[in-house]
Amino acid sequence: MHTELLRFTTAGSVDDGKSTLIGRLLYDSKAIHQDQYEAIEKSSKRRGEEEVNLALLTDGLKAEREQGITIDVAYRYFSTPKRKFIIADTPGHIQYTRNMVTGASTANVALILMDARKGMLEQTRRHAIIASLLQIPHLLVCINKMDLVDYSEEVYEKLRDEFEAFAAKLDVKDVSYIPISALKGDNVVHRSENMSWYEGPTLIYYLENVHIASDYNFIDCRFPVQLVIRPNTDEFHDYRGYAGRVAGGIFKKGDEVMLLPSGFSSKIEAIDTYDGEVEEAYPPMSVVIRLENELDLSRGDMIVRPNNVPEVTQDLDLMICWFDNKPLRLRGKYIIQHTTRTARCLVKEIRYKMDINTLHRNLDDREIKMNDVARISLRTTQPLFVDPYSRNRITGSVILIDEATHQTVAAGMVI
Amino acid sequence: MYQLDHLKELEAESIFVIREVAAQFENPVLMFSGGKDSILMLYLARKAFYPARLPFPLLHVDTGHNFPETIAFRDELVEKWKLRLIVASVQDAIDRGLVHEERGIHASRNGLQTAVLLEAIEKHGFDAALGGGRRDEEKARAKERFFSHRDEFGQWDPKNQRPELWNLFNAKKQVGEHFRVFPISNWTELDVWQYLHREQVPLPSLYFAHERPCIKRNGVLLADSEYLQKKPEETPATYKVRFRTIGDMTCTGAVLSEADTLEKVIEEIATTRITERGARADDKRSETSMEDRKKEGYF
Repeated sequence: MHTELLRFTTAGSVDDGKSTLIGRLLYDSKAIHQDQYEAIEKSSKRRGEEEVNLALLTDGLKAEREQGITIDVAYRYFSTPKRKFIIADTPGHIQYTRNMVTGASTANVALILMDARKGMLEQTRRHAIIASLLQIPHLLVCINKMDLVDYSEEVYEKLRDEFEAFAAKLDVKDVSYIPISALKGDNVVHRSENMSWYEGPTLIYYLENVHIASDYNFIDCRFPVQLVIRPNTDEFHDYRGYAGRVAGGIFKKGDEVMLLPSGFSSKIEAIDTYDGEVEEAYPPMSVVIRLENELDLSRGDMIVRPNNVPEVTQDLDLMICWFDNKPLRLRGKYIIQHTTRTARCLVKEIRYKMDINTLHRNLDDREIKMNDVARISLRTTQPLFVDPYSRNRITGSVILIDEATHQTVAAGMVI
Repeated sequence: MYQLDHLKELEAESIFVIREVAAQFENPVLMFSGGKDSILMLYLARKAFYPARLPFPLLHVDTGHNFPETIAFRDELVEKWKLRLIVASVQDAIDRGLVHEERGIHASRNGLQTAVLLEAIEKHGFDAALGGGRRDEEKARAKERFFSHRDEFGQWDPKNQRPELWNLFNAKKQVGEHFRVFPISNWTELDVWQYLHREQVPLPSLYFAHERPCIKRNGVLLADSEYLQKKPEETPATYKVRFRTIGDMTCTGAVLSEADTLEKVIEEIATTRITERGARADDKRSETSMEDRKKEGYF
């Protein structure tokens, strides 16, 4: 049994068929259970709705059910014999940009829904821009409600060309298109008999087969140390190992390594796990690395290869998405978390604000409020070991935390 | 090919989260109920720190209405793996007047656990409590974070949760506040069973089909015991059952089953049409009973 894990994100409101699509994926893959179905059937009736409202499955909080909207990210699970899927289901409205960014941060695939009757809307563009900003490796555009445009090939091609022209301006590598009807089930799990002109895969076939094995960085070796393992028992008296999760590259037993920030070099003596030693470790494995000589190395430090080091810097250029009620303060101080390292930072410059509907850079409006995306510069109290976000999503990402309220106020991507 | 299968990837993610707890908190505790999810948690935590010992104790909120099999299993594990166990007793809290026993036919000590848990967290000064909650269990849990902040009253504010991005966990808090941490958030019931099977983890006998006297109430089979208040017309009959979750004897429903091995249990779960909490009387109290309990500080 070898099933892979694929994480994908969706964004949208009830109208564009997002909930219907998720409901169909869950229902057709038997992830919705009878008691869950009965519970939402009962709720739908009580609310005076004619059909079973599948949105009630995804909208979990009392406030969401009362208002009939998705506010927060909800995680959904289903699986087929080939893969296990985690859906980060997020709202689509501009006021919830921060939730979309959250859902997108760990996704392999962004599923973008487009209404065949309406074509490219502001919301479609926004979702695509967020997907490109967060460097989701694969973009899947589902042109939905094909049943309402007579399953027209012409409509599909027009919308596909329109999106393609727009995507050319974005930093996205892999875009695919599927014409579907979530309501009727065309090309979701079963191949549509109404669109014989379409020769591509169904949605589920795409999700089961899209190549995700190289979504991690397997080139640049990065091992942020989480903690030091020192058993202090008779059996493991002199044992000292560095626990962490591989953030990039492939570490092998016997490899020459360099330690940051000290710059000292050493050799990997062994890579340990509870289930025994392993010859090599790669993302996203959690392991314990032992080195040949005893060196000063602790949480927040990083093990890398001598000929391939990240940038060691106190000056960061970031694209950020702002999350907090209170606007970003120029010259303000925040806590910054990067891999396992925590420091403080000062906001040196706000370069521009980006309109996430048009990609327009606004150099005049520098008031960064909740849900805004902006380019800024920071100075940190300690050096961080960073890679560009486009090269490594783990070593290229940071969060900012308010020193007084402890709220997570921004997500940042290293440029 | 450099690709982990889904169980290995889930394991790696959980171990990462458990290690973050040890690194970012001063005084964490692992909540242990004796159920399969907390057994999995304990197993993953041992893997996370191997070859060092578990750097934190276990906390069992004991309602006094546990299945005897659960307690026996717990004590055996504690002995075998040389763990530190703290028991917070609901019976003791009732005797002291901290909480009052529910009355009537549906009486359950489930809700009383919240106050007892919060008291234990405060008394021992725990700043993080690791739990085995999963997002696929229940709709309020689908919105839960890995690192879930609790205010000084132990309350959860679902509408004002910290955004959680990538694998960066914000554990900053004021004095008196604490966190609940859910390392197995992304596991489904089937993942748990497949993993326990693959790793050959020993489990309490309650999870496998056995003969047991039960009564049927509102479509739920409840184990007959001295703790269960029965109506005069409710007479126990013997059924072949197993439990999909293990909680209090008074509110944990059994399911009819012939699955007496792990393989058969997995087969049964893969084809079942009812969620595991579908047999939990505590979740059937209202549409939002889990959200309401969680806001107050439930597991």
